[in-house]
Formats: sequence, C-alpha cells, structure tokens
Amino acid sequence: MIEVHNVQKSFDGNQVLKGITCTFETGKCNLLLGGSGTGKSVLLQCIVGLMKPDLGSITFDGTIFTNNKVQIRQEIRRKIGMLFQGSALFDSMTVYENVEFPLKMLTPEMTREERRDRVEFCLKRVGLENAGVKMPSEISGGMKKRVGIARAIAPNCTYLFCDEPNSGLDPLTSIKIDELIHEITHEYGITTVVVTHDMNSVVEIGDHIIFLYKGLKLWDGNKDEILNAQVPELKEFIFSSSLVRAAKKVDDETQGGLAAATTDEAINI
Amino acid sequence: MVKAFGEFLLFIQSMLTRKERLAVLWQRTLDECIVIGINSIFIVAIVSAFIGAVTCVQIAYNLTNPLIPKSTIGYMVREMTILELAPTITSIVLAGKVGSSIAGGLGTMRITEQVSALEVMGINSASYLVLPRILAAMLMFPLLVILAMALSIIGGYLAGSLTGALSAQEYIEGIRTDFIPYNIVFALIKSVVFAFLVSAISSFKGFFTQGGALEVGNASTTAVNNSIIAILVADFLLAALLL
Ligand SMILES: Nc1ncnc2c1ncn2[C@@H]1O[C@H](COP(=O)(O)OP(=O)(O)OP(=O)(O)O)[C@@H](O)[C@H]1O
Ligand SMILES: [Mg+2]
Repeated sequence: MIEVHNVQKSFDGNQVLKGITCTFETGKCNLLLGGSGTGKSVLLQCIVGLMKPDLGSITFDGTIFTNNKVQIRQEIRRKIGMLFQGSALFDSMTVYENVEFPLKMLTPEMTREERRDRVEFCLKRVGLENAGVKMPSEISGGMKKRVGIARAIAPNCTYLFCDEPNSGLDPLTSIKIDELIHEITHEYGITTVVVTHDMNSVVEIGDHIIFLYKGLKLWDGNKDEILNAQVPELKEFIFSSSLVRAAKKVDDETQGGLAAATTDEAINI
Repeated sequence: MVKAFGEFLLFIQSMLTRKERLAVLWQRTLDECIVIGINSIFIVAIVSAFIGAVTCVQIAYNLTNPLIPKSTIGYMVREMTILELAPTITSIVLAGKVGSSIAGGLGTMRITEQVSALEVMGINSASYLVLPRILAAMLMFPLLVILAMALSIIGGYLAGSLTGALSAQEYIEGIRTDFIPYNIVFALIKSVVFAFLVSAISSFKGFFTQGGALEVGNASTTAVNNSIIAILVADFLLAALLL
C-alpha cells in the first residue's frame, strides 16, 4: 500500500498540487483520473521520486520514502517499475537488451542464463516473444508500451506506475494494454498506479479510482460507484464523452448492468 | 553566468557521488571510447594532414631570405603543429563532432524520458551517462592528438617535397633540430584539459535540456560554441602557466 499524505508542489509560485492525501491499495489497479494539466504526472513523479514535493510525505508499505536516507530510498526504488508516457525505451539497445537492462544493473548476482530466462519470460508475458532482436525504432507504439511493461516488471517489481499507458493507441490496442496491466497486477499482487483520462480504462480496470481536479483530490471510489458520484466536476468529466452518455442512457432505460443508476441529473448536467 | 558555473560544479559533483559498479563504468567507458575515439579518426586525420601541408607551404612562401636555411621550414612546421595546431585544432574539430553528439544524445534521452527511466530504476543517471563520456574523451583526445601530430608532420613533408619548396633531407633535418620533448608532454596535458572541457560542457548542456526537438538542437549548438570558447581560454591560460 502506498500512502500519500498532504503532498504539495508548486512551480514558480504556480501551485500545481494543493495538498493531496490518498492511498493506493495493494493488488489493485489504482487509477489517477483527471483532465489535462491537473497535476497527475507531477503527482506521479513526486511519488516515484523524480521530483521532490515541497511539503507532505509518501510512504511505501510503512516505509517513508520522502526525505529518507539515500540507502532506504534506493531499496524502495528497486521495487518500483514504471511505464512512461512515451515508453522511454533506450533507443540504443534492442528490445531484449532493454528488458535485460534493469536486471543487469540491479541484480548483478544473476547469471546470464537466469537473466535470459527472465527476459524471455517477461517478453512472452506481454506477447512479444519474437521481437527481442528488434530495435525500439522498428516497432509500433503499442509494442513499445508492451516492452515498457516487460522492462518494468522484469526485476519483480512490487509497485508499478503507468503514465497514460494508452495515450496515442487505438481503442482496441488500448484495451489490450489495459487488460495486460490489470492481469499482471492481480497475478503478482502488485500495487499499480495508472494515470489516465480515458473513461474506457476506468470502466475496464478501475479497482480504485482517485479523481484529481486542479491539484486537489475531489473523489475516490471504485468503478461501480463512479457513475453515481455526486461531485459536479467529476460528473462533467465523465459525461463529457457522448459514448458514456449514450451508454448510461441505455443502461438507465434497461435498469440494469454495470451502473444501475437512477439519478437523471447525472445525464442532464 | 556565475549561477551557470555553480550549477555546472554541482553537476560534476552529482556525477561523482553514488557511482555505479566499476565493471559497469569500465564497460560503458569502452563503448564511449568507440563513439568518441574510433569514429573521429577519419576527420582528425584529414584535418591534421592538411593543416601540416598548408603550414609547410605557407611558411615556405613567407621565408624568402636566402640567409635562412630551408630546414627552418621543417623546424617551424614541427613547432607549430606539436605545440599549438595539433592539440588545439584537433580539439576544436572534436568539439564540433563529439560535443554536438554528446549534447544531442543526452538531450534526446532527457526529452524522451530515458533519463527519468534510469533514475526510477535507482541508477544515478549523471554518473551512468556522463562520467563514461568524460573519461572516454580524456582517454581518446590525447591519442587523437598524437595521431594529429604525426600526420601533420607527414602532411608537411609531402607538401614540401611535392611542391619542391624544400628537399626531403632538409625537411627531416629541420624536424630534428632543437627538439624539446617537454613540448609533447605540454600538448598532451592541453589535450586532456580540452577533453574534459568539451565533454563536461556538452554533457551539462545536453543533460539539462528541457522541451522538445528544437531545444535539443539549440543545446547542441550552445554546447559546441561554449566548448570552443572554453578551449581557447584554457589554451591561453595553460600557455601562460606552463610554458
Ligand atoms: N517541470 C515543470 N516545471 C514547471 N511547471 C510544470 C512542470 N511540470 C509540470 N508543470 C505544470 O504543472 C501542471 C500540471 O502538469 P501535469 O503534467 O502534471 O499535468 P497532467 O495532469 O499530467 O496532464 P496531461 O493529462 O496533459 O498529461 C501544468 O500546468 C504544468 O505547466
Ligand atoms: Mg501527464
């Protein structure tokens, strides 16, 4: 479990995070939902330690991460896997070498054979067993995301962070990537945090959803509760998609399914 | 300016704390030696051979006094190339080639979040990416400068004989007159200092790139500009201090 307590961050007087307190639960896909520019990426970078929050603390399974000793921070970092928005594969290395890289750097005690087994396992897990020899520039965006996931889980991470895993992907590929993240999370009991503004992901994999708005946490809950949430900003966000609106209408008329919503005002905001 | 210099010093310090394992550092340095050293041999060879040739021809053109022996031309080619042209011109050429590739490479890694990816893995990205580049440059520049010295003297020899400015015998006699071995040591010290300046300044510029592809291009350009200025200032200071 990751606990974020009163995290604040400003850039040159522009306060981006205004005191966020939330928890990310173990073995679940925790979604950070919010519009563009609400500070999702900044919060994620504060959590993984790429940025230092001005105030507040972050705790990983009881161990404080913020401002702790370098050694303890290193220990925690070794357990963190991250999928970046642009995949951030090392473009001078092949797909295989990319996945092998964290193993080489973080677990020097592993033999070459052990590493090979692990890399092959991870590539197979994301469905890319034959792409090992390719360079990152030779594969598609969806494949890059898969390699990114394989690289993140290769050293047996306990925490997985994904910054917009399906930005720039077609709906079908998006769903496949979402499913992959969801499966991996439940299979290995990882604490996963996914930054997204995609409602498809929400209904697909939202075990626990945290809604950010202008640097504040306005709502949290799960995917079954979100359609009935009574926060105006969240409603506006959800029902800005006409697809969701239409789906909800059908849902209401047939009185069943995922969200047996009864409030009409949700549609009429 | 002062702020930038302070940041530069902090950057160098961050690179030296929390280093990677020695085996990794060594492997990375060898990789960079290939990029910085081997891939620069061709351009350095061409430039230095021509510099030697041109120096020889122009000195011969200026030296019209019949009282001065022709072998002086060889002597002057040697002095000029070993002491100044080989280390400085080679370093300026390398500032263009190596400096821009370091700044561009690191800048691209920064804006595509590859640097962040290293940091998240708990790797000190400055020491993993930059230290090997600086070490490789400091190993390779002196070797390239030695090559440049040899080739510019050979270039002078060929130019002198082919244009008939002086005979091969006179040239070689000139080359062997009043040789001071310390000049070579001095030139190599210069090249190591220049190597550090070029690689560290370019890394600094590239590593802290912010923005997009345009900024990466700008970082490369500033890296080369600043490296060349630093080389010339250092050249003057070293000459004033060590000669
Ligand atoms: N390094 C930085 N320096 C200054 N301002 C920054 C920096 N990083 C982010 N910001 C500001 O913080 C705000 C939030 O940015 P952030 O990237 O977290 O948005 P986001 O929620 O991830 O949006 P998106 O969905 O578009 O990625 C923006 O207004 C941005 O200008
Ligand atoms: Mg973002």
